[in-house]
Amino acid sequence: MNTYIEGILILAGINLMAVLGLSLLTGFTGLFSFGHAGFMAIGGYASAMLTVKFHWPLIPALLAGGLAAALISAVIGKVTLNLKGDYFCIATLGFGEAIRLILDNVQYFGGARGWPGIPNYTNIWNVIAINLLAIVILANLIRSRHGRNMIAIREEELASQIIGINVFKHKMVSLMLSASYAGIAGGLMAHYMTFLQPKMFSLVKSTELIIIVIFGGLGSISGSVLGALVLTALPEVLRSFSRWRLVCYGLAVIIIMISRPEGLLGGYELTPSSIKKLYNRIITKKRTRSQGLGGGDTL
Amino acid sequence: MKKKAFVLLCVLLVFSLALSGCGQKSTSTGAANDTIKIGWMGSLSGDQAVWGQCEFDTVKMLVEEANAKGGILGKKLEVIGYDTKGDPQEAVNVAKRLTGEDKVVAILGPNASGNAIPIAPVLEAAKVPDIATVATNPKVTVLDGKVKPYNFRVCFIDPYQGAVAAGYAAEVLKAKNAAILYDVGDDYSQGLTQFFEDYFVKSGGTIVAKEGFKSGDVDFRPQLSKIKATNPDVIFMPYFFKEVALSANQARELDINATLLGGDGWPSEQLISMAKDAVEGSYFVNHLDFDDPEVQDFKARYKAKYSKDVELNGYLVHDAFLLLSDSIQRAGEVNSEKIAAAIETANIKGITGKIMIGKDTHNPEGKDAAIIKIVDGKYVFQQKFAAGK
Repeated sequence: MNTYIEGILILAGINLMAVLGLSLLTGFTGLFSFGHAGFMAIGGYASAMLTVKFHWPLIPALLAGGLAAALISAVIGKVTLNLKGDYFCIATLGFGEAIRLILDNVQYFGGARGWPGIPNYTNIWNVIAINLLAIVILANLIRSRHGRNMIAIREEELASQIIGINVFKHKMVSLMLSASYAGIAGGLMAHYMTFLQPKMFSLVKSTELIIIVIFGGLGSISGSVLGALVLTALPEVLRSFSRWRLVCYGLAVIIIMISRPEGLLGGYELTPSSIKKLYNRIITKKRTRSQGLGGGDTL
Repeated sequence: MKKKAFVLLCVLLVFSLALSGCGQKSTSTGAANDTIKIGWMGSLSGDQAVWGQCEFDTVKMLVEEANAKGGILGKKLEVIGYDTKGDPQEAVNVAKRLTGEDKVVAILGPNASGNAIPIAPVLEAAKVPDIATVATNPKVTVLDGKVKPYNFRVCFIDPYQGAVAAGYAAEVLKAKNAAILYDVGDDYSQGLTQFFEDYFVKSGGTIVAKEGFKSGDVDFRPQLSKIKATNPDVIFMPYFFKEVALSANQARELDINATLLGGDGWPSEQLISMAKDAVEGSYFVNHLDFDDPEVQDFKARYKAKYSKDVELNGYLVHDAFLLLSDSIQRAGEVNSEKIAAAIETANIKGITGKIMIGKDTHNPEGKDAAIIKIVDGKYVFQQKFAAGK
């Protein structure tokens, strides 16, 4: 495969991994986070440390990176998850920036000058495999009792507390899982770029992830997949505009958000059965149209 | 509504795909055999866009001039440039696109070390050489003691620049006490700070204060007040002109009379217009002397074409282009591996000085740094200064 296209697909896959995590937190539990780049940084640096300094293979290092991000998110969650609405959002924003600034000054990891020489383990196949696994786990979680509780919290926190859902616990589980997804994404990124620099995990990255989730549609896994693919490829497709590229990118996002405020697939899932239903509906519509108004009754 | 949005999205995607398709077609119309494709990458957007624009404009101008003289090896040159936003991830994408899609024989740029380092594996896979312009981090060309086969540069490196600044302060300015104000979140600033500190202490001086700030800060008074209390002879300011202008103005407001000292992030027309009086009498380390007769011709040509002044990056990308065209000529054919081998043995005279590429470092060896003093809002060359002598 062409290395350029392959590179974009790998990047889309890495973004998708982080976006899936954020989708669980924002789309299904209703908590906005502007600090996910911070979790990516933790996962990235932790897993790179394990492969470079301790010569671990990729998969255990990724899992350890995810775990590290989850543990730190538990500490953050313990103190901030009781904050309501916007306040949690601000707390995560502060956390993300703090992580970046700390890494800027940790000379063990190269500080702001970056850390080159990380082995190149990430390839298109392990990215696809990890993403598929992540999607299956997420889809099953959301269909389970825990997932339904999270959705209940998103819809009406007070009411779900009254009917006996442990709101804090479910928010915590959601945050930790979300952070571990972001951590694994960070690990994949480190082993794709073979270079880490705290600058890569700035607020811009967190915002980019949030934009993908909202663009794809809140509360939709397939929306997140579509969003990650489209929004990672779009700036590359627009390369020929040179200086106007980012303006076009911004315009495209604005146009789509205006024409579809709920995102590409807000609250709607593309599953094999829903695709079949959609297909059937289109066929039926055509048939009724061709048979005229009277023909509709016979179907 | 749903349908409409989807149609819109599809139209948009198809439209942009078609456009990018056209772009590629037009580049490949001039049959591959009689053109030499050169890639360029750098920031056309983001906070370093000023330098990126100047670099790209310079390359385009030089390619036009070379083509007017008949090209290289009887073939026309063509430059393909892309924006990296100064982002490492984008730099990797661009490197893959240039080597994989556009099939360039060599790449000029990028200017940021953080972008030049991660593209190394891409270059090695594609066997295409890259000549970085002002990427001064030592790790751009050498990593863990091994030289990267396809990474080169035309500028001196941070340890050297830090040593020159420290050496000049200690030996010529006779400074005993130095204070450092630096950007904690910037790779370039951290690097220079480290090397300045090492060499200044080694040559018998004392660092009396070391204060940090964060990129984007506009108020430096708290740090400067602390520095003032230690009464240093010189203040080393290793960061870029915008912050230099702000912090220099504030230092003078606080009645700090110490000599200000800086690195190659200083020179810009903007610095003088923002802080003419505050930086009066300050010194900085530069890649070249702006008034050197050797560079006047290039300066005039650039000004005539774009009616603005050349930024520092323009001079270095000029020499990178010179190095590349000389190497293509000596390689004798348009083959990126042979060109890489030719760059390795290059020994040319550029406008920023002699460029003799070291085989084990891929840096221009023995390139002197220029010390510039700001007098009456003009950059006045003082002397060439080599560290460690």
